[in-house]
Amino acid sequence: MALTGPPNADTGARAWLLSSTPQSVFQARCQRVYLSWRAFSRNPIAMIGLLIILTLLFIAALAPLLTSGDGTAQTLQDRLLPPSAEHWFGTDQLGRDIYDRIIWGSRITLYIVTLVAVIVVPIGLLIGTVAGYLGGWVDAILMRITDIFLAFPRLILALAFVSALGPGLENAVLAIALTTWSPFARIARAETLTIRNAEHILAARTQGHPRRGSCCITSRRSVLSSVIVRLTLDMAGIILTAAGLGFLGLGAQPHAA
Amino acid sequence: MADAQSPVPEGTAAKPFPPPVFTKIFRQVFTVTLTFIGLTAITFIIGRVMPADPVLAIVGDRASREVYEATYIQLGLDKPLLEQYWIYLSNVLSGEFGKSIMTTRDVLDDLIRFFPATLELATVATLAGIFLGVPMGVLAAVNQGRWIDHLVRVVGLFGYSVPIFWLGMVALLIFYGWLGWLPGPGRLDVYYDGIVSPDTGIILLDAAMQKEWDIFRNALHHLVLPASILATFALAYIARMTRSFMLDQLNQEYVLTARVKGLSPLGVIWRHAFRNVLVQLITIIGLTYASLLEGSVLTETIFAWPGIGQYITTSLFNADMNAVIGGTVVVGICFVGINLLSDALYRLADPRAR
Repeated sequence: MALTGPPNADTGARAWLLSSTPQSVFQARCQRVYLSWRAFSRNPIAMIGLLIILTLLFIAALAPLLTSGDGTAQTLQDRLLPPSAEHWFGTDQLGRDIYDRIIWGSRITLYIVTLVAVIVVPIGLLIGTVAGYLGGWVDAILMRITDIFLAFPRLILALAFVSALGPGLENAVLAIALTTWSPFARIARAETLTIRNAEHILAARTQGHPRRGSCCITSRRSVLSSVIVRLTLDMAGIILTAAGLGFLGLGAQPHAA
Repeated sequence: MADAQSPVPEGTAAKPFPPPVFTKIFRQVFTVTLTFIGLTAITFIIGRVMPADPVLAIVGDRASREVYEATYIQLGLDKPLLEQYWIYLSNVLSGEFGKSIMTTRDVLDDLIRFFPATLELATVATLAGIFLGVPMGVLAAVNQGRWIDHLVRVVGLFGYSVPIFWLGMVALLIFYGWLGWLPGPGRLDVYYDGIVSPDTGIILLDAAMQKEWDIFRNALHHLVLPASILATFALAYIARMTRSFMLDQLNQEYVLTARVKGLSPLGVIWRHAFRNVLVQLITIIGLTYASLLEGSVLTETIFAWPGIGQYITTSLFNADMNAVIGGTVVVGICFVGINLLSDALYRLADPRAR
């Protein structure tokens, strides 16, 4: 999306993007992306957020260029130095450069957030849409399970999981994912319930799509927007939980940490 | 107003059977039972099924064959999984969490000793969050778009996004390390330790009841820093929600009517709009309280606060599974209990929800 910046008004690209009679499916899609980008870029808060995220992504991607080492080199005579020209953020108790470690650490944070999101959203969507569409006792059972996970304190559950599985980055991701999927199932179920009898689902069914497939596929798009909103809100929480686990010594292990 | 909104025609007042109150109570009890079973099932799975070898976790890898086998039988691992769960469930119901390896006491005794500290911390933090957060939220909503609104929103964002352990360490560095205004970690200074008998376990209460005012003051001093750190989260959340609830109410027509009638602005805000907000706030406050009981894990670690959070984490590093699971169950029960309570209060406070 970031690639479709507003083109120059003189070129034909803008006219092509704003034409009221798109000539191809591709053009129509481009137009939709362009229009939503225009609406998005008019919102200053959204732009600031985008800028912050892009900066973070750049920093993580360019870590080798921005740092002198990978942040694991220990120089014991340089322990606990204050910030200086050589060590911008100072050094830690093992003489490692904190600036380097923060830059490299952004990769781990992004890795955790992405991985949790990738695990959590499909699980939540699947459970929620199945529960919402099938209804009856399947719904009752799935939602009670969701409720139980919702009712559980997040960090404590993650702690218990990590303690059973053993500390480590992957286990932390797994533990956070296990405590994060439940709200998505709730949202997906609620959305599925509202569109279960909507006309486009009926239309898909009359066209001969299989019963379950039609609902799950067509509903996914409308569920997705609420899920994305919830996910962005949750990402901050995921990072904080991961940071909390890391602080307690249960997140990324040496030498990654 | 109720008549105008109610779509139910008159004359349909035939009493249903069973009465709706009983159905509601029954449903509530059913949900709670189910949640409790789920909670114990999850902790059971974490404690008994997931570790590669629960026996090894208890006896260690240097134990002899006999000890290993005796523990294996003692844990009931030779029985089918469902039966194991049933034994576990009945143990939990009778408060039997097993022995802690670390403290060599019953986990339940440990929990009774450690829990009041967490309760004290979380309660004071929640109260601070309510008394500061609610007025802040109301003020922000009334002055929407002005600097005070922006200030409250920034404070809200800050409290929400700053990791609690970072804030705690910085606060400790500034107020204890540099300025020396407040005492360091722990609940009391060492020379005050063990003077008041722990009747309730909540030092502030115990000291006040036994009229040990020096100790009361000392305990209060120790409480200020961790409670404020914990309260930033509560404050941020409560202020944010109060603001949005209040904005919702202030845009309603009854507020306009009250203003047109010539009521004083303060009367409109506090007596009309805020009373409606109060009902919604109960749920939010309940949620905050529950999450503080949990969020205290990190605060307790930083401030060496001998509460349940610290108990769980230290047990964790000593592979003390009984203690971890016991603590998890207790915190989970508190969580569910508080949610239930706020639900009940909500129904009580709001005539529309009854």
